[in-house]
Amino acid sequence: MMQELRKERLDRGVKVRADSIYAISSLKEIMFLMGPGLILVFGLLVLPAVVSPYWQRVLCIAGVYVLLSISFGFLANYVGLVCLGGALFVGVGGYLSGILNAYFGLSPVLAIPLATVAGAFVCTLLFLPCLPLRGVYFAIISFVYPLLAGRLIAATGVFGGTDGIAELDVLTNRWVNIYLIFILILVVVFGISRLVNYEDIGLVFRGVKDNEQAITASGLSITIYKAQAVFIGAALGCFGGAYLSHLYGWAGMSLFAIDFSILPVAATVVGGSGILYGPLLGAFLLVPISEALRAFGTLRIVFYAIVLVFFVVFWTEGVLEYVRRKYEQFEHWVRV
Amino acid sequence: MNKELILQVKDVSKSFGGVKAVNNVSFDLYRGEIMGIIGPNGSGKTTLNNLITGFIKKDSGKVYFKDKDISRWPGYKIADAGLARTFQLLRPYPTLPAFKNLIPPLYSPRARRTSRGKLGDRSAVSIDILEEVGFERDARVPYKLAGALPLGYLKRLELCRCLALKPELIICDEVFSGLSMSEIASMVPLMERLQRDGITLIMVEHRLRELFKIANKVLVLNFGEKIAEGSPQEIFNDEKVKQAYFGGGETYVFS
Repeated sequence: MMQELRKERLDRGVKVRADSIYAISSLKEIMFLMGPGLILVFGLLVLPAVVSPYWQRVLCIAGVYVLLSISFGFLANYVGLVCLGGALFVGVGGYLSGILNAYFGLSPVLAIPLATVAGAFVCTLLFLPCLPLRGVYFAIISFVYPLLAGRLIAATGVFGGTDGIAELDVLTNRWVNIYLIFILILVVVFGISRLVNYEDIGLVFRGVKDNEQAITASGLSITIYKAQAVFIGAALGCFGGAYLSHLYGWAGMSLFAIDFSILPVAATVVGGSGILYGPLLGAFLLVPISEALRAFGTLRIVFYAIVLVFFVVFWTEGVLEYVRRKYEQFEHWVRV
Repeated sequence: MNKELILQVKDVSKSFGGVKAVNNVSFDLYRGEIMGIIGPNGSGKTTLNNLITGFIKKDSGKVYFKDKDISRWPGYKIADAGLARTFQLLRPYPTLPAFKNLIPPLYSPRARRTSRGKLGDRSAVSIDILEEVGFERDARVPYKLAGALPLGYLKRLELCRCLALKPELIICDEVFSGLSMSEIASMVPLMERLQRDGITLIMVEHRLRELFKIANKVLVLNFGEKIAEGSPQEIFNDEKVKQAYFGGGETYVFS
């Protein structure tokens, strides 16, 4: 006789969160809730130690893209600003750090944090006039800024023109390099996730996205809060740029490359846009994939595009949403 | 009794394309009064509200709030000065508990200023405010998701968003509309209590019977123009008003 089987599904995520007292009384449930966070922390701390120096460098660059993706995800999902200005952030941060290092002789230890803050300030000032814009209009303007900055530098020849600023001090220790950015990613991702989910200003940001009128009627200026959010987002990108320029020992026009603006969008599509960790995962997948596809030479971009189209058309929820669903819904077969 | 002028609207106009939505409307409002603004659909009531509170730019005219010219102020600055407003279309945070909806106004500079830095925990303050307007804490209503609340509670939630600012004047845009008779019956005492607490109210309304009970004076708009102003009794008997509402000379009783 044939066995009849039925699929049973238990939604552990709902169960654990609904029975809040139960959840903290059982070690298993605590592990269930903390598991993803622990995997992220240990994953990021262990990963650099087990890969070759070549891949360590790839991961360093991936880390910059991760920061940009978090910045994009934060601005798009929690503040409602679709900001394609990643390249501007990277460029401004990179050039500022390069200038501080090459012209004023500051060591990278000082130049990077200084460039992060000053760069974020400059970027926020640049975006200030277009903050009232929404959606695709803001996206277009923010996309144009880095292109404009690149052309300006090429045309006027400031900061070394097309040659860039060479012979910057380099961060030599590869362990410092990689752990600097990985630990920063952890701090940033947990910090921003706390900011948007548990802090009061997170609600204001969410209101700026969904309910502009109610925020204005509450006596809060939309522009000020958008500017604060852009400052946070820009600081992440500027740090990435400053870090890159000292990784390469060179700050040039390629810091304004469109990749820095576009890849975060792709990372959000691949990783899933629901939560902040989606863009993070997406960037960690896409940059190494792009690196691994280097063997195909110029065909690389074709394969890359195929991967993206696959996600846009067939897997719109993104990797992380899928994994989360599978993690929270425990499925098994039972005999009828 | 010496009355203090709180809001002065002078010759305010606004056109959308060729349509004069609000045309040379003027009125004075004294502290502690309840004023009703009524008019048929499309007569410019909500536009007037938007013009006063700075959500739409005025073509011409002046608005004075407590003797300050607020004609060119942006919306958030007017709210910050103490002129709050509710919206006709309610858009709370549907996925958040009701009390979380009051966090943004409590976060505002005005709320910090009026509490002199002693606001305390915003969630607790917000639940207190909600309880005052009938969100029973024991029934855990403030903790319910805003998206799951019935319309009556949402209207009061919207009012609370204003109250969190400790305003001096609130412009209520159709708080009675869409409510059942019993819900309205519970809203009326609330409005009267706000008046006793010293808050001046402007009520843009369609529900005339309830409005006429509580209003001190009524302004009637039609096609963007002020056609009458006076006590509820005067408005009730005004021929021009009857004509605007019902057309022709037939007499009906206000609903």
